[in-house]
Amino acid sequence: MAHHDRPVPRLLATPLGPAARVFLIAAALLILPTYFFPLWNMTMFAPQYPDGLRLHIYSHTLEGGNGGQDVKEINVLNHYIGMHDLRQADFTELKWMPFALGVLALLFLRAAVHGELAQLLDVLVLFLYFSGFSLWSFGYKLYHYGHDLAPTAAVQVEPFMPPVFGAKQLANFEVYSYPGPASYAIGLVALLLLAAFWITWRQGRRALAAEAAA
Amino acid sequence: MNSQRTRQWMAWGIALVAILAVLAATGCAPSAPKAREAGVATSDIAVAAQKTYVPPGDLDEYYMFASGGHSGQVYVYGLPSMRHISTIPVYTPYPATGYGFDDDTKAMLGGLTWGDVHHPSLSETKGDYDGRWLFVNDMNGRVARVELRDFKTHQILGPIPNISGNHASAFVTPNTEYAMMASRFSIPIPKGTPLPVEKYATDYKGVVAAIKIDPGSGEMSLGWEILMPPFDYDLGDAGKLASDGWMFWTSYNTERATGSLEVTSTQRDRDYIAAIDWRAAEKAIAEGKGDLIGGVKVLDPKKVPGIVYFMPCGKSPHGVDVSPDGKYIIGSGKLQGVTTVFNFEKIQTAIRNKDFTGDEDGIPVLKYESIKDAEVAVGLGPLHTQFGPDGYAYTSLFVDSAVAKWKLGTWEVVDKVPMSYSIGHLTAAEGDTVSPDGKYLVGLNKLSHGRHLSVGPSQPESSQLVDISEEKMKLLYDAFTEPEPHYAQIIKADKIKAIEVYPKEENKHPLAVWDVKDAGVTRQGDKVTVKVVAVRSTITPTAITVKKGDTVTVAVTNIEQTTDELHGFGLLDYNINIVVDPGETKTVTFKADKAGVFPYYCTNFCSALHQEMQGYLIVNVQ
Repeated sequence: MAHHDRPVPRLLATPLGPAARVFLIAAALLILPTYFFPLWNMTMFAPQYPDGLRLHIYSHTLEGGNGGQDVKEINVLNHYIGMHDLRQADFTELKWMPFALGVLALLFLRAAVHGELAQLLDVLVLFLYFSGFSLWSFGYKLYHYGHDLAPTAAVQVEPFMPPVFGAKQLANFEVYSYPGPASYAIGLVALLLLAAFWITWRQGRRALAAEAAA
Repeated sequence: MNSQRTRQWMAWGIALVAILAVLAATGCAPSAPKAREAGVATSDIAVAAQKTYVPPGDLDEYYMFASGGHSGQVYVYGLPSMRHISTIPVYTPYPATGYGFDDDTKAMLGGLTWGDVHHPSLSETKGDYDGRWLFVNDMNGRVARVELRDFKTHQILGPIPNISGNHASAFVTPNTEYAMMASRFSIPIPKGTPLPVEKYATDYKGVVAAIKIDPGSGEMSLGWEILMPPFDYDLGDAGKLASDGWMFWTSYNTERATGSLEVTSTQRDRDYIAAIDWRAAEKAIAEGKGDLIGGVKVLDPKKVPGIVYFMPCGKSPHGVDVSPDGKYIIGSGKLQGVTTVFNFEKIQTAIRNKDFTGDEDGIPVLKYESIKDAEVAVGLGPLHTQFGPDGYAYTSLFVDSAVAKWKLGTWEVVDKVPMSYSIGHLTAAEGDTVSPDGKYLVGLNKLSHGRHLSVGPSQPESSQLVDISEEKMKLLYDAFTEPEPHYAQIIKADKIKAIEVYPKEENKHPLAVWDVKDAGVTRQGDKVTVKVVAVRSTITPTAITVKKGDTVTVAVTNIEQTTDELHGFGLLDYNINIVVDPGETKTVTFKADKAGVFPYYCTNFCSALHQEMQGYLIVNVQ
């Protein structure tokens, strides 16, 4: 069959070794912490808020520090400059993200069981797309909050971009925005998938080379 | 497993750990803001301790008179120790000194048991504090005079007709000709005229009132008023030296909006400072140009032009402050990052040249660009400005929670010091006079959380002492002041000459008795007068007998002439407690409507036999 003559489809049929399978199972397990730890943490300090106001973004919920009070406080402050309220209902991501993560974990397991590079490549591409889209979506939301300001606000400020990663001074607030444990887990998942892919790819290439030499 | 594979595993492991470590190291917000992490050097603490420590028995260098907000009182602090020395009750009964219980002070309170004091105003001569009186506003349309000879409230004037929500008060003119008032909440006038709020923009009126002050006695009387557009008049300051004869008021809600003002009143980029030529107003009143409204002569600027002008100022301004030389008027739009400096010369020129951009109810609006000297980028939320002796100005920043120091003339911001937290007004030593002292500045902060031992949800306000004697401002001390200081004034201690006893020869009270032989009960029908002598350690008479239904007036004379020998007269079950200072006579009148035996006693500890200082009121059934 022509299949045997073309190297890429043959490469994609490379069976997963034990290491790649372990990585896939580990990746599936690493999805678990994303349900229990925040994806992203934002901390806002101002002279009046020496202990900071905190916002924890989970895959399924928005949680304020201080028993949820910090979200209310942030909304009270933001209304002076005409920002929209941070409301759970406005984040559709919180509805589809946990589901998508679960589906991805199942697909990792499926690849581990089925055991060919093709399935691994599928989940890798899907996962990278999911991560990239989520990150973009987060950035877009922040952009929207900082730019879509009510023209009737008491205090008129220039539209601004809240930090996605790192620190930024916004008026009297020092704002810090950093990924949380769930994002580290997702980062690890990506690394595990890449590693599994790389190992299997190399194995496949070596096998093809050996075959050609034989 | 071959060695190559082991190496591969190890490489993967190391890479993972390294990536995790990098993420963990960079990906965390600090636990405290950068500003706080800077910390305070030990040497600074030693300097601050030395600068604020007033050893036992030593006296402070300055008095600070702090408004007590809705406590209705004035609080006296010593600087630099920040010790609370005394409370002067003004608008609220204060059992500690018997204020509001005796007949005179009860009558003075006029049935109201609270006031909202915002802006103390020390009397001035040639624009400098003279240490004679302190005038304080009350939101309920009143103004009070405290005499600094005895630190007592001697007069409460008002409620003043037509004035509503007397926030912009009590600012005195440079020779204490007037204490000024202005409405924060415009209403239809005269008071008592009901009109729907939909008519706000056209039929509600702001009012400015000038309270005349007798130069000898300090006695206040209602001078005249000016009809103003329905804005919210907020703060004021009298012109001095170059600008003497003028009065400046900030106003917000020049939108004439109603409803949720936080939105509706913040739509215009600029509101106004009202500039009033009060000498011209005085003259117009003398010429009979006022209309009688609510029993007072009121000038209508539409009919009497040349008295009131509007200066556009950054939106929703709070403070308006005249520089020591009177040349600059500094207006602080509280929703901005700049404070605006107006030039009095330019204002006069613009008025002469009719350099107007429009009018508000017939009041000309001056062209902003023609009267402004600078917009100083002091920081976010500028509220109020005070001055030093060396050409520096100090502006409080509510949003930034800091004080900015900047130079008049160069408009350069040279220093900032953080305040904990959310500073409102600030006060520098004699910092609103023609000759500020410098040295100290006190930030009057709205929030204090976490800076003191917790006292539950009702948190005190904080007042922070700042050293302004050097180029860099230095925070010296946190004090927790009684609720709720808005503005305060700091006066050099030697300017106040307080007495410590009321000299006997000055006591002209008709019911005063100075000898126990003259003490006793007299009756006229069902009116009973009891002349009482209080002296260590007897209240004479020791028993008073009246009949149920009598109206009893007890007049207590404290015949002591020794400092600090106060006597109280507390009457149980009758809600009576008065405190009489040495040489003073006070009366309390009540209806003896409960029969029985009621102990009275000295409530203010006086002597070794203080506990023995007691007597009985016997109320017989007919």
